[in-house]
Amino acid sequence: MTLKLLIQIAITMLRARLRQTIVAAVGVTFGITMFVTLLSFMSGLNGMLDGLVGNRTPHIRLYNEIEPSKNQPINLSEAYKKDYNFINSIKSNNSRQEIYSANKIMQTLKEDNRVLGYSRKVASQVFFNDGAIDIAGFMNGIDVEAEMLLYSFRDYVTSGNPLDVKNRSNSIILGKPLAEKLMVSIGDIVQVATIQGERFQLKVVGYYQSGLADFDKTQSFASINTVQKILGKPSSHITDIQVKLKDMNLAPKTAKEYRQVFGVSAQDIQAANAQFETGTYIRNLISYAVGITLLIVAGFGIYNILNMMIYEKMDTIAILKATGFSGTDVKRIFMLISLSIGFFGCLLGLLLGNTLSRLISHIPFNSPAVPTIKTFPVDHNPVYYAIAIIFSLVTTYFAGWFPARKASKVDPVVIIRGK
Amino acid sequence: MQNIILQATNISKNFYDPVTVEVLHNVSFGIQKGEFVSIIGKSGCGKSTLLYILSTMDTDYSGELMIDGERMAQKKEKDLARIRNEKIGFVFQFHYLLNEFSVLKNVMLPALRLNKYSEEVIREKAFAKLDILGIKDLSEKKASQLSGGQKQRVAIARSLINDPAIIMGDEPTGNLDKKNSQIVFDTFKHLSEDLKQTLLIVTHDPSFAESTHRIIEMEDGRII
Ligand SMILES: Nc1ncnc2c1ncn2[C@@H]1O[C@H](COP(=O)(O)OP(=O)(O)OP(=O)(O)O)[C@@H](O)[C@H]1O
Ligand SMILES: [Mg+2]
Repeated sequence: MTLKLLIQIAITMLRARLRQTIVAAVGVTFGITMFVTLLSFMSGLNGMLDGLVGNRTPHIRLYNEIEPSKNQPINLSEAYKKDYNFINSIKSNNSRQEIYSANKIMQTLKEDNRVLGYSRKVASQVFFNDGAIDIAGFMNGIDVEAEMLLYSFRDYVTSGNPLDVKNRSNSIILGKPLAEKLMVSIGDIVQVATIQGERFQLKVVGYYQSGLADFDKTQSFASINTVQKILGKPSSHITDIQVKLKDMNLAPKTAKEYRQVFGVSAQDIQAANAQFETGTYIRNLISYAVGITLLIVAGFGIYNILNMMIYEKMDTIAILKATGFSGTDVKRIFMLISLSIGFFGCLLGLLLGNTLSRLISHIPFNSPAVPTIKTFPVDHNPVYYAIAIIFSLVTTYFAGWFPARKASKVDPVVIIRGK
Repeated sequence: MQNIILQATNISKNFYDPVTVEVLHNVSFGIQKGEFVSIIGKSGCGKSTLLYILSTMDTDYSGELMIDGERMAQKKEKDLARIRNEKIGFVFQFHYLLNEFSVLKNVMLPALRLNKYSEEVIREKAFAKLDILGIKDLSEKKASQLSGGQKQRVAIARSLINDPAIIMGDEPTGNLDKKNSQIVFDTFKHLSEDLKQTLLIVTHDPSFAESTHRIIEMEDGRII
């Protein structure tokens, strides 16, 4: 009942100063609107930029690094067992790029419940013939269905059907810039030469565009069988196994384990793309900093207006105290005023923030770098709304606390005498 | 002794501004239930200061104060607020009303704070008090729309709302013209005679003081 009375008094005081109240609330509304919009938009952009790499990058890549053997013959010799052996200029021998016993590894991966899925790959350097010129590039023999499922391969094939690579023999998807350089379009034949000098004719069935132009300039995709055939290798020849985990954060630990268990090289996504994580982190930091600054500014607005209100309402405070309201009651009245400004300002801010971020998400955004996105990316994450509510209540609480305490300390005798 | 509503014993107060000035010196007196007492004295002799102490708003004094049998010393701010709310009605020289609220709400507020009766009962009581003051028809007006005399009568109605043990007034007619002063005087007399309300009123008007039960005269912070 007392609280109800204090709320009534707070509302009456707010209504008597409606314009000031609205100005204060608009400050909060603006802060919250910008906070929600900024974070949703930034996080959308982050998601897009991360997707640029994260979506199509395996969490762990298993492959066979060409490197000199760590176990040189001299180490096996009984005679020099106790000595330090220094060997200069070790060279890698003609070791194979393929992963040994790939089938066994894949069998193990299938049973590992941390693994969401994996795809096989045969990668090879090739030359694309354009008249008299040879353009160096890579040819990736992929399991199209697995790539589509795990790494959104479909999104990056901007024209043509990626499944054609599997369904039509001797077909190839070229990076868009590569195709332009070779002056071939879909349906044309392109000539591919292996390092060993063998030549093959392949039919172009699509363009690939990842967003990283330099990368696209050298890449092409065909089915695993096609590449194995070109290289003259058996169907067990696999150069990469790309693993996607259920939890990306486990990648470094799991990669280390695979390195030991399978005896192959294993690179995790974090090691391969450290700079992207840093970028995401910095962008998040900036948007939080800007958002919180806006809210603090709004808090100062409330603080000022409450201070002003208290100076104007000295008589009211004195009367309330003289007629039996305690300092605590007065403090509660002003806290209620502050929190309701914060609450309603915030509510409106959430609404406007949502509207604004929806508007942004409809603005066309065409970039050759990101062919899959047609409008600005916005992440409508409810977490940002929750943070906004908490922050607005906390800032208005503190903005109200100091003026309210001052009001509670007003000495009615001083005011009554002062008249 | 049972019927003593207010008892002040050796109340002294100093101001330090910047030299120490003793504004009240060993003031002692008591007020019986139903008594109508006036305080007179020259300007600056300490009447208002005394009244602020007696009404528990000023706690910075020495000596002892009992209201309705309770000692005020060492009481917390919250408890004193409660005592002001329940036992003391205060009428100021300047009609202090809350301008944001209606007349009726102004009268009701102390009772709503006391929270002893339901809102409907309090509303009825407030109407009754306004009726005593003859301003029932003003109840829905905004406090800021009233004349000085009307405001002061609303303030008196407000001081009555919790049926206090004592009503204190600090020159309640000091800011009013002759006609309105007369209305306020008559109201106090009516409260005293017909409702046996205990009253302690500071005044400068000798004829008004004459008509009260007892006059306390002050000079330089003492009772003479
Ligand atoms: N805050 C203060 N600091 C210093 N001196 C004060 C303060 N308040 C009041 N005084 C002094 O205390 C004395 C008594 O003041 P008080 O207001 O009680 O007089 P009063 O009897 O009510 O006078 P009046 O009839 O004019 O209202 C005065 O001399 C005044 O100057
Ligand atoms: Mg005075």
